[in-house]
Amino acid sequence: MNGPDPTGLRAGGRAPAIPGSPILPRSPISLGSANTRASTPPLRRATRALAYLILSAIVLITLTAPFTAPYDPAAQFREHLLAPPMPLRVRDADGHWQRPFFYPLRSISRLERTFAEDRSRPVPLTLFKDGHLLRPATLAHGPWLPLGSDRLGRDIASRLVYGARVSLGVAVVAVAGALLLGLLIGTWAGMVRGLLDAALMRLTEFVLILPALYVVLAARATLPASLSPLAVFLLLAGVLAVIGWPTVAASVRAIVRVEMTKDYVAAARASGAGALHLLRQHLWPAAAGVLRVQALLLLPAAIMAETTLSFVGLGFDADRPSWGTLLQDASDIRALTDYPWLLSAGGAIVLLVWALNLLLEPRDRGQGSQA
Amino acid sequence: MIRLLLTRAALAILFMWIASSAMLGLVWLSPGDATSDMMGSVPERARMAERTRLGLDRPFSQQYAGWLTHAVRLDLGSSLRYHRPVLSLVAERAANTALLAVAAFVLAVAIGLPLGVLTGSERYPLAGALVRSSSLLMLSVPPLLLSLLLLWVAARTGWLPTGGMTTASSDEWSWWTRAGDLVAHLTLPVMALAVPLAAALERLQSAAVMTQKSAPFVMLALARGASADRVLWRDVWRAALTPVLGVLGLAAGRLLSGSLAVELVTAWPGLGRLMFDALGWRDAPLAAGCGAAAALALVTWSTVAEIVARRVDPRMHDSTQGGGA
Repeated sequence: MNGPDPTGLRAGGRAPAIPGSPILPRSPISLGSANTRASTPPLRRATRALAYLILSAIVLITLTAPFTAPYDPAAQFREHLLAPPMPLRVRDADGHWQRPFFYPLRSISRLERTFAEDRSRPVPLTLFKDGHLLRPATLAHGPWLPLGSDRLGRDIASRLVYGARVSLGVAVVAVAGALLLGLLIGTWAGMVRGLLDAALMRLTEFVLILPALYVVLAARATLPASLSPLAVFLLLAGVLAVIGWPTVAASVRAIVRVEMTKDYVAAARASGAGALHLLRQHLWPAAAGVLRVQALLLLPAAIMAETTLSFVGLGFDADRPSWGTLLQDASDIRALTDYPWLLSAGGAIVLLVWALNLLLEPRDRGQGSQA
Repeated sequence: MIRLLLTRAALAILFMWIASSAMLGLVWLSPGDATSDMMGSVPERARMAERTRLGLDRPFSQQYAGWLTHAVRLDLGSSLRYHRPVLSLVAERAANTALLAVAAFVLAVAIGLPLGVLTGSERYPLAGALVRSSSLLMLSVPPLLLSLLLLWVAARTGWLPTGGMTTASSDEWSWWTRAGDLVAHLTLPVMALAVPLAAALERLQSAAVMTQKSAPFVMLALARGASADRVLWRDVWRAALTPVLGVLGLAAGRLLSGSLAVELVTAWPGLGRLMFDALGWRDAPLAAGCGAAAALALVTWSTVAEIVARRVDPRMHDSTQGGGA
């Protein structure tokens, strides 16, 4: 009865206004901090802007991977196996500001794979060199590995950027599939009512309590160990969509049911509107907000599912960069302690999921000041 | 109550049958079988003989009928790989996972709910902002990553053991040393599983407290002179439990999924690992047993959650009977 608010919590929970009683605050409990509320919205707006910035940066970098990645993800630098990160610097050892540069690594012991920064020879970085965003000006002193290299001497930063294409691609396709399935099943259940509605909702509840990883694991384990990358992509996206739809369907159904009881829908029906018209003009637009929230909730889960599967060797091949296969390199405890930069993909995942979660924060915490 | 338990028991049997049958079907559909590992190491004739001995060469319908007639008598067969009865093996591993999941859940509730009341009340601006931003961050670190991260810290500092469930030589120790050893091994996986869940619970409880604190009963209590702190920590938080109780049943799936990731990283000998191995080895009886155990765990959890919810909030009973959106 509360419009597009699916939970009905926000509108329903507001204190009943007591006419002509300015003494009673709207929320007696928050007496102590009543004045902090005024300062919250700008901060909230700033964090939302930050989240959008992070997300668009990730999307942009991912889409232009061949340009933004310094190297080919498969390129091996045999002199730099498991090299530590070489940060981009703008201040040299004497504290002077410089154009962006990095200190190349000098191998101390090839056997123990220890390196030291060669502080005497800063190598400047050049923009747009050889069709890449940022590359060392000369190749004489070895590659620039901003996040270090893996055990085959491949640049982790480049693999991370190319891996994002795979991981995010799977997640986006899976979420789109889950939204579509959920929208169709949810509107169907919401419009038909009766026995079919009840059956669909039982099905929804059943899929909802399934432990997602177990299902993905079972579905994946039954196929040959090595599949073509496209097959893995479609399989992961498909299974994740099939697991993800129930929350979408349940919230879409709730909205459809509420909207169906409204006068304008009755008016549209009375004037001869067909089901399709009703859906496109009235019901689906009403569900748009819920779909957005559900997409934000499903994306992290889909990314994590791909990561976990590839991590345990049931996703993409170890050679194909994805965030899960990158993390796989960090799975043995010795590698983890000696070469912690192998965890870089974890940092990327946390950053992305954090930005998505920021967008899920309610615009107004507390007593709906915008209403 | 009795009716609830009876229907749930029937549901559990149905779920276990579906899950284990699905597992058998999936393993049968998958390429290769339990003897595929032997390929190359033993003559092909010996492998075929082993297949016949295990009955893997019979048609699926016969294998399935054979399994089912034993399964209804609680005989789940033997693992093709471990050469042990599936029932005892699965029970042992499922107990390990249950220990992990329940400990993580208790910890998550103990951390998440009070913090949710704290942020939801908006009475402590500084602490609230701190808790809220850190819970947002913790929400973004899934169990797989958190366990890797904690593993790294543990390996660096040596504070905690970095995998497994017991120290190899622990058999000779006294029981309390062994208990301490278990707790030390348990700490890391439990934290990896509990912290993201605690963050999620904090969010829910916070939102619920925020809507409940302007409810009429709060005004009444305040008007009668009860202090705001007293009302908040004695009444409001309890009234705000409803949404949290509503998702309690869903926590089981989350905990099982999370513990699968954590078990694989920290080598915890649990149900998730066992199923992972069983599927990889095409060990059909074992996979079926794992599926049944997971199904039983889900139904048991959701039943307990339902009973707890009704105990805590009698209104739940009416609303579930009434149905509707």
